[in-house]
Amino acid sequence: MDIQLKRGLLDVCVLAAIKDEDSYGYQIIKDMKPYVEISESTLYPILRRLESAAFLTVRTAEHNGRLRKYYHITPLGRKRIEAFREEWEEMISIYQFVIREGGNRNDEI
Amino acid sequence: MTKYEFLSALRNRLGGLPQEDLERTLEYYGESIDDRMEDGLTEEEAVEAMGSIDEIVSQILMGASPRKPGREQARGNAGRSWGAGVIVLLVLGFPLWFPLLAAFAAILFSLYVVFWSLIVVFYAVDLSFAAGAVAGIFGCVAGLFAGGVAHGLLLLGSGLVCAGLAVLWFFACGVIAKGLIGVSKRVLSWVKSCFVRRRGIAR
Repeated sequence: MDIQLKRGLLDVCVLAAIKDEDSYGYQIIKDMKPYVEISESTLYPILRRLESAAFLTVRTAEHNGRLRKYYHITPLGRKRIEAFREEWEEMISIYQFVIREGGNRNDEI
Repeated sequence: MTKYEFLSALRNRLGGLPQEDLERTLEYYGESIDDRMEDGLTEEEAVEAMGSIDEIVSQILMGASPRKPGREQARGNAGRSWGAGVIVLLVLGFPLWFPLLAAFAAILFSLYVVFWSLIVVFYAVDLSFAAGAVAGIFGCVAGLFAGGVAHGLLLLGSGLVCAGLAVLWFFACGVIAKGLIGVSKRVLSWVKSCFVRRRGIAR
């Protein structure tokens, strides 16, 4: 997929992975796996980006004697998911335009 | 590779990052490796699952570290501005670096003057050859009357030699002038590159 397009989509994907409950890096990758493959090195910049845009917050918690970072979605993050839902209609529309066959142009000749 | 080796290698490659970003990155990958081991992978497999270090480094340097919203505003044009510390140093060190810079500029200027004087000199020599040619040709007429044919011929001959030299020298001047101008241009762009490069590192 076009890398620019994918970047934007993956951002909201990650948000969706934490929308129902807080999660951590590896768990997010596992949750997304049936739908889209993503590696740690791709996920990391996304998490940093989402954090600096205030779509999620980070907290550190203890787990099995070590520390683990958990990511929590913010109200702003939820709004982003909502906006994505609405964008989807336009996306379908664009997709249909691009893949359409034949032309209504021929009639004008 | 062990977890320790992997994280050390990563630390080395990311040396240029700010301390906070570096630590955060290492924590992230350390955790990811631990999580995978908890899931049943061996240390070797967990490290391998992180992918190549090259890939990780390029992803990080490409994404860069986005600044927190507050910090972004405080820094303004982060791309072009220099830190406050550097500006203070510049102001305090003014008596030091300014004379040096002025001296450097003076040297460059005098070099420039020298280049142009050289070009002028070459053309001046050419002019004197031409003058010699004219003098010889006219002088031959006078010489013919004053000292006879031999005298006149000598003057004519020298005049023609000068004329030939003047023409050849003119072409030589052109080549030398072009060469000197080329050199001076390269010196100028080298000087410019010094300053542009510095700004690049400050970023």
